[in-house]
Amino acid sequence: MATVELRFSALPEHVRTARLVAAAVARRAGVDEAVLDEVRLAVGEACTRAVGLHQIGGISAPVKVLLIEEEKQFSIEVGDEAPHAVSGERAPGAGPGDADGEADEDEMGLAVISGLVDDVEVSAGEHGGLIKMTWPTTPPPTILV
Amino acid sequence: MDLSLSTETMGDRTIVRVGGEIDVYTAPKLREQLVELVNDGSFHLVVDMEGVDFLDSTGLGVLVGGLKRVRAHEGSLRLVCNQERILKIFRITGLTKVFPIHTSVEEAVAATD
Repeated sequence: MATVELRFSALPEHVRTARLVAAAVARRAGVDEAVLDEVRLAVGEACTRAVGLHQIGGISAPVKVLLIEEEKQFSIEVGDEAPHAVSGERAPGAGPGDADGEADEDEMGLAVISGLVDDVEVSAGEHGGLIKMTWPTTPPPTILV
Repeated sequence: MDLSLSTETMGDRTIVRVGGEIDVYTAPKLREQLVELVNDGSFHLVVDMEGVDFLDSTGLGVLVGGLKRVRAHEGSLRLVCNQERILKIFRITGLTKVFPIHTSVEEAVAATD
């Protein structure tokens, strides 16, 4: 069940808002404090990529972020509506050596996500792409400090 | 928090102090600053990232772009960073092999190739 759903116009200034909301919901869901920086960075990368794809494709639809709290795990899904030529292809980790243009920033974003998040699924089809990232959660402490 | 930028000259080195968040929204300001410095003839840059709270791949792209620009003039781009969460992003992307990363501005200014 989606705990929080966020839709925002594909504009760079809204990516920070998505990071803040995702980190706040992740904290509440019980994601370890030490991992929250990674959550913030990973969701920022995924949203940045989606914003870029929408802007390049002239897509007016919003970027969609689902923050899903489940038993023992917390997932974030970032969906774009940009048509992708190849279905189901998982992007390889990009090497920084050939960082030579805008397209490589997209690859670097995926490389950062792959490096940060152990449980990540990247899927893409003709109606859009989806990045799903999952982190384990710990039960809330019984005694509040 | 937005991005803050200030510059200072030390000999033939130009220190660029960056504070706040470098992301897809703010990175263009950093890019403009680096381009402007290179266009004005500053080819040895030290980017002090001690005040940076957040850095993503867009920011990395801008730094790589800055490095390419100064190298075209046989210059250098050195980073100052002690923050583990920022250093981690450089490690994940392999960019620790691309950028000289120093623990202080003084160390970066004193360094030679």
